[in-house]
Amino acid sequence: MNTIILRLIAERLGVMLVTLVIVSFTVFAATQLLPGDVAQILLGQAATPEAVAGLREAMGLNEPAIPRYFNWLIGLTQGDFGLSYVTREPIADLIAGRLQNTLRLAAITTLISVPLALSLGILAALYQGTKFDRVVSTATVMIISVPEFMVATLAVLIFAVYLKWLPALSYANEVTSLWQLLKTFAMPVITLTFVIAAQMIRMSRAAVIETLNTPYCEMALLKGASRRRTVLIHALPNALGPIANAVALSLSYLLGGVIIVETIFNYPGIAKLMVDAVATRDLPLVQSCAMIFCFGYLMLIMLADIISILSNPRLRT
Amino acid sequence: MTNKRMTNWTAGDDRMVEDAIRRGATRRDLMKMLMAGGVATMAGGTILGRATAAYASTPVSGGFIKVAGASSSTADTLDPAKASNSTDYSRICSIYNRLTFLDSSGAVQMELAKSVESSDAKTWTVSLKSGVTFHSGKSLTAQDVVYSLNRHLDEAVGSKVNSIAAQMESIRAVDDLTVTIDLASPNADLPIILALHHFMIVADGATDFTKPDGTGAFKVENFEPGVTSILVKNENYFKGNGVHLDGFEFFAIRDEPARVNALMSGDVQVASAVKPQSMRLIDSVDSIVALKNTAGNYTNMNMRLDMSPGDNAAFVEGMKYLINREQIEKSVMRGLAVVANDQPVSPASKYYNADLKPRDFDPERAKSLFEKAGVLGQSIPIVCSDAASSSVDMATVIQQAGSTIGMNLDVQRVPADGYWSNYWLKAPIHFGNINPRPTPDILFSLLYAKTAKWNESQFMNDKFDSMLIEARGLLDEEKRTEIYGEMQTMISNEAGTAIPVWLSGVDAMSSKVKGMQTNPLGGLMGYAFAEHIWLEQ
Repeated sequence: MNTIILRLIAERLGVMLVTLVIVSFTVFAATQLLPGDVAQILLGQAATPEAVAGLREAMGLNEPAIPRYFNWLIGLTQGDFGLSYVTREPIADLIAGRLQNTLRLAAITTLISVPLALSLGILAALYQGTKFDRVVSTATVMIISVPEFMVATLAVLIFAVYLKWLPALSYANEVTSLWQLLKTFAMPVITLTFVIAAQMIRMSRAAVIETLNTPYCEMALLKGASRRRTVLIHALPNALGPIANAVALSLSYLLGGVIIVETIFNYPGIAKLMVDAVATRDLPLVQSCAMIFCFGYLMLIMLADIISILSNPRLRT
Repeated sequence: MTNKRMTNWTAGDDRMVEDAIRRGATRRDLMKMLMAGGVATMAGGTILGRATAAYASTPVSGGFIKVAGASSSTADTLDPAKASNSTDYSRICSIYNRLTFLDSSGAVQMELAKSVESSDAKTWTVSLKSGVTFHSGKSLTAQDVVYSLNRHLDEAVGSKVNSIAAQMESIRAVDDLTVTIDLASPNADLPIILALHHFMIVADGATDFTKPDGTGAFKVENFEPGVTSILVKNENYFKGNGVHLDGFEFFAIRDEPARVNALMSGDVQVASAVKPQSMRLIDSVDSIVALKNTAGNYTNMNMRLDMSPGDNAAFVEGMKYLINREQIEKSVMRGLAVVANDQPVSPASKYYNADLKPRDFDPERAKSLFEKAGVLGQSIPIVCSDAASSSVDMATVIQQAGSTIGMNLDVQRVPADGYWSNYWLKAPIHFGNINPRPTPDILFSLLYAKTAKWNESQFMNDKFDSMLIEARGLLDEEKRTEIYGEMQTMISNEAGTAIPVWLSGVDAMSSKVKGMQTNPLGGLMGYAFAEHIWLEQ
């Protein structure tokens, strides 16, 4: 059993490495296509040819692209992200704080949304066709259809501006108690939960129902197993694979896709850092952020794959 | 205050009255103004009471506030030479000082300098105040000034004012507290130029601006580019009457509705750069006040005179008549603008030519001019973008006016990203956005001289250039005003730059924040608000 699983996992890791290299090259190439460079952007309207040339020289931007790419890639394999063009600070330092913020928000959102979504999804499947199922399904479709900036803006207007219960901004230095932490994170977490939970509910419900339609579940039903037993003991283990994939896809969104929430709540996360970096043409920073997003995404997908492999009896034996 | 919303009086009118008081209007002038507006005497008294109360109260010490700026990124810097936006300016104004500064009326005041003098406008002597110390405890000397000014001439620094500083041929210390600046050619505006934000004085030899050492009213406690900054009071500040605030946090909330929401919910006390669309929301709350500042920022339509169709003078003149300035002021800017007259010197400047009236909106006249130019029936592209603020709305207003007389204007909206390097100065008809500059000389040299780097319409006029040089070296104010007045008329009539309105900036703040005034260098008191304002307890 172990050798097969280990081989599968090793294969996954190999594919992941190749993907990362391909992505790094694509990102590097794409950033080269951006109009203007960091010297021009930094000087803005004041960019005279002489000033740009002087600044380029001083920043070491005159090196050709290909050697720059390989230098960066070699540095990356040694854990060195390089220096930011704009601040001349190590990129690792710039990213560290932002990544921590992003991960904190992602972790809290995950802790709340995943159990909530999975239980609602599975319950909806369990009571398929009942009033409960219809309410959950209709609500999720409605929530999927409302864009997150709308949810976030409405939440701010109601809870911060009119009721003054919660702060409008989610970045405060003086978080001292758990209560304050809850207050600061309440609105972004609710907004993000709305966005990702709806997907997970739909996917887990669909996965369980699909398994319920297989012959062996029908057999269990014919043998007299209760609906609850059929769903939880027979159907669910086999639906774990697709559910894990749906969860992974939703969670990967929390890493790079939360730019709207970060903007509205002025939360200094890594998505905003990357958008900044694109605007200032800080290429090493853009590349590093992209690599982190890609790495996080691949890790989540790999975890989902491992879960589906482990939950598949045919692969386990 | 039971009848606060009497008649049709709005907070916008409150701002107008406050503005008038600031400009030195007497109570009698104001009453006259109000009577003319049909406000009864009793009600008028209430309004004046409110507006003057906002203006005159005694400073109190202490308090910590949070201020939300409008832009921020990892490119945020505390290096004065590289400062590029309101966020950078606000921070450096509190950390450093300049040799001179401009007060709310636009007059030059001395800051680190005791005097800035010259007999021929070419060789200038700057004497420094004694006893000024940096945060590190080091005393301010002439060497710091020489180093600070010379930095702008070094291309590796990447200074934003490299081109303005280039006229300083030599900068040398005469003794500990005296600096001599030799200019390439006479320029009577040097004291005003030294008041620009970029000419803040840093310590001699400073290269690391993550931990800056300045002489200013606040010290940096924490600075994270793109995130936030915390500044605390400098107890040894050289200006005797001291600083009122204990400190402040300055960070940016780039999303404007989020910025306004944060102010409304009390998470910040000052929100800069509020858009006209948010004014109604702000006016509905008594605990928030707004301060309107018309410093001279403008968004203009440029018709290149060296390209078709701008090479036809009748077309350019026609376009200037096709602009419904009043509609732009009232509808596009919702009153947060002042109608302008196609030249760049704003009414806030003492050199403003008040005799030069804005052109009327006259589609019929425009039509006959277009017929003369033979452009009617052609499709003429106008490039606009969100990069030049409000230009998309302005272009639409002009396009609609054109459609009523059979002029087919094709509004092309292009992305903000890369606008300044790809379209601005390049497209035959496009929009620009120019920030306020303190002197006509800087504006003209930058935008209208033959050699100007940003000659937006490729306006070339030898007479204009020679007048520019003549006025620059003149120490005689009267003669100077006259020349600048005539130059404004020349630009208004001959250049291809149509300037419909002056844009007003609005900063909104909690009514507990006092002492904020307007300034010709921009919003937030020319970004130097921190050492002037106080927080009412």
